[in-house]
Amino acid sequence: MPKILSKEKLSENISKIVVEAPHVAKATKPGQFIVVVPTENAERIPLTIADFDKKQGTITIIFQIVGATTRILNSLKEGDNIAHILGPLGVPSHMEKFGTVVVIGGGVGIAEIYPVVKSLKETGNEVITIIGARCKELLIYESELRTQSAELKTTTDDGSSGRKGFVSDELKDIINSGKKIDRVIVVGPVPMMRVCCDVTKPLAIKTMVSLNTLMLDATGMCGICRVTVGGETKFACVEGPEFDGHQVDFGELASRLSAYKNKEKEADNHVCRLLKNG
Amino acid sequence: MGERSVVERITDFQEVPLGYTLEEAISEAKRCIQCKNPQCVKGCPVEIDIPGFLKYLALGNFESAIKKIKETNSLPAVCGRVCPQEEQCELKCVLGVKGEPVGIGNLERFLADWERAENRKQKAESGEKKKDKIAVVGSGPAGLTCAGDLARLGYQITVFESLHVTGGVLTYGIPEFRLPKKIVEMEIDYIKSLGVEIKTDMLIGNVYTIEELLKEYKAVFIGSGAGLPKFMDIPGENFDGVYSANEYLFRVNMMKAWKFPEYLTPIKIGKKVAVVGGGNVAMDAARVSLRLGAEEVCIIYRRTKNEMPARKEEVHRAEEEGIIFKNLTLPIAYHADEKGWVKDAKCIQMELGEPDSSGRRRPVPIEGSNFKIPVETVIVAIGNSPNPLIPHRTPNLKTERWGGVIITNEGATSISGVFAGGDIVRGAATVISAMGDGKRAAKAIHKMLSA
Ligand SMILES: Cc1cc2nc3c(=O)[nH]c(=O)nc-3n(C[C@H](O)[C@H](O)[C@H](O)COP(=O)(O)OP(=O)(O)OC[C@H]3O[C@@H](n4cnc5c(N)ncnc54)[C@H](O)[C@@H]3O)c2cc1C
Ligand code: SF4
Ligand code: FES
Repeated sequence: MPKILSKEKLSENISKIVVEAPHVAKATKPGQFIVVVPTENAERIPLTIADFDKKQGTITIIFQIVGATTRILNSLKEGDNIAHILGPLGVPSHMEKFGTVVVIGGGVGIAEIYPVVKSLKETGNEVITIIGARCKELLIYESELRTQSAELKTTTDDGSSGRKGFVSDELKDIINSGKKIDRVIVVGPVPMMRVCCDVTKPLAIKTMVSLNTLMLDATGMCGICRVTVGGETKFACVEGPEFDGHQVDFGELASRLSAYKNKEKEADNHVCRLLKNG
Repeated sequence: MGERSVVERITDFQEVPLGYTLEEAISEAKRCIQCKNPQCVKGCPVEIDIPGFLKYLALGNFESAIKKIKETNSLPAVCGRVCPQEEQCELKCVLGVKGEPVGIGNLERFLADWERAENRKQKAESGEKKKDKIAVVGSGPAGLTCAGDLARLGYQITVFESLHVTGGVLTYGIPEFRLPKKIVEMEIDYIKSLGVEIKTDMLIGNVYTIEELLKEYKAVFIGSGAGLPKFMDIPGENFDGVYSANEYLFRVNMMKAWKFPEYLTPIKIGKKVAVVGGGNVAMDAARVSLRLGAEEVCIIYRRTKNEMPARKEEVHRAEEEGIIFKNLTLPIAYHADEKGWVKDAKCIQMELGEPDSSGRRRPVPIEGSNFKIPVETVIVAIGNSPNPLIPHRTPNLKTERWGGVIITNEGATSISGVFAGGDIVRGAATVISAMGDGKRAAKAIHKMLSA
């Protein structure tokens, strides 16, 4: 079973763990994800591989505690085993020398862009990174990303760090400055990805988004992850998670993401009770 | 053979048939007239020596009887439950010409259950240990059978399974009340006792490619199944509340959503459930819905009951349990409420026209017959296609246009040393045909490595 080698709290409800999983690390490329089942009774949840070390045989995952299964995962400690890890999954992020690439991360999406930014830089691109969160405490990975980016811009909703506003405001500024942008990659909450796509669409700047649909098997067998892209149904787990943002039906995506809201709350309350009672 | 009453069984997930008693089993086995040229065996895809095991059983020698079955079939408790005997051995049984054929399937089940109850599992015998390592992809019936047979011959077998639980459709597809998971686990334990190593959480194609496996293993068997759910591509199919049968059954069987929140994967069903399709999968999804507490469950099928591909027995049980059959009906669109949750299925009435290529009469829509069925859950059970992942990641692996991996009569694919069988080759078929394919490939692999 994959063992947790180290665990770190990045903010109030975001954790980072490094897991021993040599066969996963060996095959991973930026933009791919894993499925985690922390204990036998938990859900299968998808999490982006935030970093990987082929030599050490380790992968890093960063997750926000948003429900029952992430709460259980967060209750595991250094040295504990995770019941199941499956990966790498999904199509890797397409890499080539595009020129200037703006990479945008919001929320835990900030951690998810790290391997992509790193790889884009290695491929010879000029990377401008924009990260945004609700407040300063949630702006994770800032120094790591700064070393990999030609420029790093930060925004917070409350103005506690960087610009007070949204990542899309920074994006607009870069565009308005007249700089030629060859590609935009956005990873984060649905409304954020949607707004960024609205900014770039009229200018026909190719914009890729990484979709965090609900998933179950994550191997193409169930279809819960279906999204409409350019009028066609796609399975995000095997055909994604990256898609052309200008083609994605975000309304449908948002609705499908909330399909189990009530049940998720119920499960989370159940787990909270269990964890409290030890 | 006794069955649990409808009122009792639709409230839980326990098995419906009770199985033969000892006396029933012996007297049923005695009906076999021990044909010189037994037709039943010809109807069995793995050629179990049926009169042979029935003879022991009639004499009350259960131990020898089950041993006889296991010479050719390593999953008797599964086959006794889910094989379509009425189209195979029992269809061919000579007694069936004038009366009832011998209840071969139920007797097979009886023996496997007896063995389990008595805990008499013989220590698995395997042949002389060989050095050759063989990789098997997928732990469904095809992969397990191939692995078991090769292990018996002494090879070192590693099974790679992408999911976190083994068994393929036996585990994630067929529900508990038709095939208890305890039984699947025990059959898999038997395969493991032959020395087979099973590695879960290993998606071949992603973690290792087939070419990478060939560097480490002398041969590879692909038994990755028909896991790709088909949709109808009609408007509204992506609304919340519209499931593929795979998703629905996966949540319930694999993730045990029926024990929510003890198990954390949720499932949401409304009072009114519609299942689209007429196969075993549709019957299973419908009967699961009843057990999860749906008030009204209907099957929407575009032909009539005569054309349904599901086993007669399962259609009959579904009817008994109160499932409503809306035959000659085709959904053409779904509508949703303001939250995006499905609220009705727009359907059109059909009639049967000329026979099509399958020999069944083709359903044709009746102009202007549109009507709506109110629903809160729709389960699309119109079939599955071969899992495309491995073919996508293996450029030299030849496939049919519809996705099936192409093999020779011996089960060899277009790549030397790589064999395939089961649903990845046939498209959604049966447990026993998958097992037959696994056996055939095991033979061919043994032949190749002995040459
Ligand atoms: C709901 C339902 C009811 C059914 N009822 C009956 C019945 O009553 N009688 C009957 O005879 N048949 C029935 N069938 C059909 C029968 O289950 C299948 O024909 C049979 O299981 C096929 O066996 P298989 O080994 O080829 O594939 P599967 O059982 O599908 O197993 C394939 C396995 O391979 C794994 N896999 C896939 N891709 C990879 C990969 N890349 N790497 C690693 N592992 C991988 C899958 O996770 C799976 O575990 C039913 C099917 C369903 C869905
Ligand atoms: S065909 Fe029927 S009667 Fe003849 S051997 Fe087989 S089971 Fe017995
Ligand atoms: S998560 Fe099941 S098909 Fe994508």
